Amino acid sequence: MRDAFDLVSRHRVAAVVLVLIAFPWVMPYEALAINILIFGLFAVGFNLLFGYTGMLSFGHAAFLGSGSYLAGIAIVHGGWPWYAAIAAGTLGAAVIGLLMGALAIRARGIYFSMVTLALAQCVYYLFYQADSWTGGENGLRGVRVNAIKVFGVELDFVHPMTKYYIVLAFVALALWFVSRVLASPFGAVIETVRENDRRAAACGYDVARTRLVVFVLSAAICGLAGTLRALHLSVVPIESLHYLTSGHAVMMCLLGGMGTFFGPFVGAAVFLYLEDVVTTWTKHWMLVVGVVFIVFVLFFPRGIWGSILHWARRREA
Amino acid sequence: MGEITLNLLLLQAIAGVALGAIFVLLAIGLSLIFGMLGVVNFAHGAFFMVGAYAGVYFYGLSGNFWFSLVLVPLTVGVVGLAVERVLVRPLYGRGIDYPLLLTFGLSYVLVEAIRILFGVEGNPMGPPALLRGAVDIGVGHFPTYRLFLIGATAVIVAALWLFIEKTRFGLIIRAGAQDPEIVRILGIDISRVWLLIFALGIAIAGLSGILAAPTRAVTPEMGIPVLVESFVVTVVGGMGSLAGAVVAGLLVGIVYSMTSLFAPEFAEMSIFALMALVLLLRPQGLFGRTGLFG
Repeated sequence: MRDAFDLVSRHRVAAVVLVLIAFPWVMPYEALAINILIFGLFAVGFNLLFGYTGMLSFGHAAFLGSGSYLAGIAIVHGGWPWYAAIAAGTLGAAVIGLLMGALAIRARGIYFSMVTLALAQCVYYLFYQADSWTGGENGLRGVRVNAIKVFGVELDFVHPMTKYYIVLAFVALALWFVSRVLASPFGAVIETVRENDRRAAACGYDVARTRLVVFVLSAAICGLAGTLRALHLSVVPIESLHYLTSGHAVMMCLLGGMGTFFGPFVGAAVFLYLEDVVTTWTKHWMLVVGVVFIVFVLFFPRGIWGSILHWARRREA
Repeated sequence: MGEITLNLLLLQAIAGVALGAIFVLLAIGLSLIFGMLGVVNFAHGAFFMVGAYAGVYFYGLSGNFWFSLVLVPLTVGVVGLAVERVLVRPLYGRGIDYPLLLTFGLSYVLVEAIRILFGVEGNPMGPPALLRGAVDIGVGHFPTYRLFLIGATAVIVAALWLFIEKTRFGLIIRAGAQDPEIVRILGIDISRVWLLIFALGIAIAGLSGILAAPTRAVTPEMGIPVLVESFVVTVVGGMGSLAGAVVAGLLVGIVYSMTSLFAPEFAEMSIFALMALVLLLRPQGLFGRTGLFG
């Protein structure tokens, strides 16, 4: 048991990707699986900041949304190929992350959540007002990518299963990247900053710069999730930038287990599957998710995957 | 748009003060709760919305605005009592993020509860007959109700200031904001003080809801922009400062109002620009952290 446990945690990226490869076969339909995959990546980006660095942002919709919009604008208005659009959206979200992060980390402690929320709302208005580029209230339509050519092989992006595995390839790449960052010396500094920023500063680490770098990385990952979402939906709804979308990241991360590698996907899966089921018999989904979330904050702050890990480790000890 | 005259500028500035009055009340509630309990109330906008709905409901039922003005903060305050006692209290000492997350979840529940009770459509609420129309204030005609908003806020702020500076309970509040441990050692039940302060902050949020209801659309989602705006005010003024809440609330109101005169499409963004400026020049806010009511 212990060996199996070690094996999984040593090859966490491979383990997660294996689970995700099998995942669409247990879901009721592929679109839901793709949605979970994309929001799982969104929550991974958020988790890097909140779970590992201890900074609770309420503005991550700004990165998902700007990633979506920039990729969409590149395709619709610029006629760029899909890979350039993904790169543009991810980079653009990182730049917005740099600007937002530079301001937000000046706000100490509890202000951080408030400032990120406010700045994200500002990004919302920016994209909302630029309606000749973004379509304003109606969202950006016509982000159509029908086929993706890789090394001469043409993949059908309309076919749901093919689409799932193409998105998964990007998710796997991002997970590998996050895992490398966390396993690096810089990853150790990140967690030191979370546990005790004064001690980290006393040890000679630049706390503000560490926070800013994580903020930008987190923004880039959420931006990547956004670009994938734009390609998947072929429209960019204005809700992508909404406060409640930032709230999705917070809820998914906490439900799954903050500061765990697999938790964000568990959280995204539970959140979206629950939404899918609950909305078939009541329209009051927000009430259900609100109550579930409150129960988790009060009684299971480790989240689902975090609690399972905790329980497994205690049995081992 | 016609010519911009001095009178027009002054009228617009006063309109900004009226808008800022609501911000002041919201920020005071947030600051009270944070200054005493260390809780950032993410449900503040939702309680504002509940206050507006309670106002529409009580006003419609009784036909008496003044009666509703008293009843709404009491009702919303009672909800605040229950929330602190049942939901927030178990989280003290578990890190500052947990009460924040909890109140965030609570805002979902409140919004949906209002949707279930009152539907998803907006509800209009007119000002009482006495406060309808406009009065000449020297530089032009100004809506009576908005003047009343400014006056009502001034009265509420003054009453709060007297309560906190001049009463025995206010002394306990100031001491508790400085050092709750010492207050507890002196034999005062600080958890009861926290309970009352939380309810007071929520009651003020509810009160600002009914006060604002005649000036804007009452919908279940109206609390979201309000939450953002009151955070902007709090960041600009400095968390936990009563004076900061008043000055920053009025400043944000005036900036918003002035920008909407000259460049309406940038009105929403102007207050974020103000916040960014304050963060760059004075990250602790205009009134810093010099104690709860410094």
